[in-house]
Amino acid sequence: MTLSSIKSKLINNSIYIVLLILMIVIVAMNPSFLSLKNLGLIISQSSTRIIFACAIAGIIVLGGTDLAAGRIIGFAGLAAASLLQDVNYAGRVFRNLPQLPLVLPLLVAIMVAVFFSYIHGLLVAKRHVAPFIASLGMQLVVFGLMSVFFDVANDSAPIGVLDGRFTRFAQGSLTLLGLRIPYLIMYASVVVVIVWFIWNKTKLGRNMFAIGGNPIAANVSGVNIVGTMLAFYILAGILYGFGGALEAGRTGSATNALGQGYELDAIAACVVGGVSMRGGIGTIRGIVTGVLLFQLISYGLVYIQVNPYLVYFIKGLIILIAVLIDIERVRIKK
Amino acid sequence: MASSPYLLQMKGIRKEFPGVKALMDVDLNVQAGSVVALVGENGAGKSTLMNVLFGIYIPDSGEMLLGGQPYNPKNPRDALDHGIAMVHQELNQVQDLSVYENVWLGRFLMKGITVDKKGMIASTAKIFKELEIDIDPKVLIKDLSLSKRQMVEIAKAVSSDARIIVFDEPTSSLTEVEVNHLFRIITQLKAKGCGIIYISHKLEEIFSIADEVLILRDGKWIHNGQCCNLNMDQIITLIVGRELTQRFPEKDTKPSEDVLFSVKNLSGAYDPAAKDVSFDLHRSEILGVSGLVGSKRTELLESIFGLRTKASGNLELIGDAILNRNPRESIRNKFSIVTEDRRESGIFPMLDVYFNSVVANLNKYSNSIGVLDETQMVKDANWVISAFNVKTPNMSAKINNLSGGNQQKVLMGRWLLTDPKVLLFDEPTRGIDVGAKFEIYQLILDCTRKGNGVIFVSSEMPELLGLTDRILVMSNGRVAGIVNTSETNQEELLRLSAKYL
Repeated sequence: MTLSSIKSKLINNSIYIVLLILMIVIVAMNPSFLSLKNLGLIISQSSTRIIFACAIAGIIVLGGTDLAAGRIIGFAGLAAASLLQDVNYAGRVFRNLPQLPLVLPLLVAIMVAVFFSYIHGLLVAKRHVAPFIASLGMQLVVFGLMSVFFDVANDSAPIGVLDGRFTRFAQGSLTLLGLRIPYLIMYASVVVVIVWFIWNKTKLGRNMFAIGGNPIAANVSGVNIVGTMLAFYILAGILYGFGGALEAGRTGSATNALGQGYELDAIAACVVGGVSMRGGIGTIRGIVTGVLLFQLISYGLVYIQVNPYLVYFIKGLIILIAVLIDIERVRIKK
Repeated sequence: MASSPYLLQMKGIRKEFPGVKALMDVDLNVQAGSVVALVGENGAGKSTLMNVLFGIYIPDSGEMLLGGQPYNPKNPRDALDHGIAMVHQELNQVQDLSVYENVWLGRFLMKGITVDKKGMIASTAKIFKELEIDIDPKVLIKDLSLSKRQMVEIAKAVSSDARIIVFDEPTSSLTEVEVNHLFRIITQLKAKGCGIIYISHKLEEIFSIADEVLILRDGKWIHNGQCCNLNMDQIITLIVGRELTQRFPEKDTKPSEDVLFSVKNLSGAYDPAAKDVSFDLHRSEILGVSGLVGSKRTELLESIFGLRTKASGNLELIGDAILNRNPRESIRNKFSIVTEDRRESGIFPMLDVYFNSVVANLNKYSNSIGVLDETQMVKDANWVISAFNVKTPNMSAKINNLSGGNQQKVLMGRWLLTDPKVLLFDEPTRGIDVGAKFEIYQLILDCTRKGNGVIFVSSEMPELLGLTDRILVMSNGRVAGIVNTSETNQEELLRLSAKYL
């Protein structure tokens, strides 16, 4: 192995080296961190984040970004929660609503999210609005609408006392061979498998990489650019909607603050996981690793009682290192 | 120190790129108050020489003297500081800024810490008045016609008080009246003692404005001398003067009588656009497309392939009317295109050879729900690599790590996988070394064996003469003529390409 290939290996894996060092520091300061319970907790906490990261990653690989994701997730969660309050609870948003089959509110949540994500997609793919601005605008539009709904429907009081089926759907778990597996992990696993399949095994997925890698060449090669982009915005919408409903069920209530900042966590995890912000590059494996590592560090730092403000600093540093590595990796050297 | 008779001397300039000897011991001397015309075919080394003058390339050897002093520019800015300015053929202007801002771009006049807007407008107006240019300095560049923008660019070079001014094809977008105006400006500059380097394909112009002429061919100094000692035919012979050697594979296919593809009165909707182009392409025919830079050859191909919007015209493939409104439709109609700019619109640089090979053909590999048949894809990618002799460690190597020639072969393979009937090639051998060129010629010939037709755009005339059956010559967006390759020569092609200028 030559020196330059060792160097490029080091550069390519330096994010993992940094994270490994952090892990060693955490474990050295508190060895009890390495318990099955903690690891299970981290994976379970990562589940919805993985779903959101898989959604946003497609948009990033296409060369875009989505600052509206968090608010769309929030609106979807709010919609699901308002349709799935306990029928015996007097303070329900929709007082005359009978008990609905679980799938119906889930579908409504997904439709809400797909609607907004699709509009975002149209702005970017058809009207060529810069993704940053399009999604920033969508973020405010969605937050405004969900807040008005929240205010008018429930006087800005948290929408709680959720239907037991709903909380079980989100918080429940399955015991397999004495091991308790939360449903959330299973949902996330299914999403990962489906998205992985789309990315790697379908024409849609290959076209996504083509558009992100070189949109002009993709057009020349006969790739349906608008159609492919819209498909991934719709897919993102479906995942935002599903994940948003799970978030509401997981936390047991919803307000208009639900989902705030989720997009940033998801984008950060993508970057750490090697998705290039210039588009065209990314793997599902990297994204899942990115989410897990990020969650591991965040949880670990809190576990060893690092000053919470310092946690922001360290997270920020990790993102910057990841981006620097990405640039080093992707840059075409002249 | 004895003063040099020359304002600028470039001596023994040599520059090599991997596989290409771009300049070999070229001399260029410019006297104060004179105009040197720099002529030669595309690729003869004119641009490379100018890039050396402007510090974009560092020459491998040779020296430059400016006013007798050694001159080693680090970049174009440095060249400008030394009093060397250029009027570019492609206008590098900021569309959304005003005329005066463009004139002063990069050297804004200041008044304290703020930009001296009034001062800049006034000086711009003054320069325009001197040069008899009738343009309001305050209008936006994008609101001006192409020829007026060209005049702004000329004024910019003049405003920098340059001692040496290079004009690179300055008249390609000017009318006759404007050309006369430009010549008056050049005469003014000469009177002021400036040295002018004038690059042009239009030999008539050279006779009317230049004092001396320097002829380059294949990066080599061929001739220089007083214009008045040469006539047009002599210059053309000197520019072209090259024997065709065994640089091309034996041409063993013959076009048939059947028309494969016909184009009638095709015009592009948006400038730059080809205008009113008609031609027939026969089965097994290689139709060359020749023309100067800016003759809209690329635009013609892009219109045919649906990369540009068509304003009017009819396309027929084997008797059926087709529209080719976008690349997808064209690919369905069995068209393919290898574009001029491999990096910009051809390869996916960060993706592997495998993906780059199959990307245009994904429809064929996907079933009704869009799941891909990877076995077939791998098989096809392997076929591209072996059939085209692509030098790559394996098919998961990034295409960016391959040489230009091998990238080009992957691109040709990409299109052949789609089983096209009409193949469009736009400068397929640009920037490719001689060995790979031969292979690409071979591949182009092979394309015609199954009765397919090839349209082959090239700036290298020997290539067109060596490979094609007929040559369509574009001039200023229009068809200047279609000639049989066996009955034509470079002189005729050069003459035709200047027909509508």
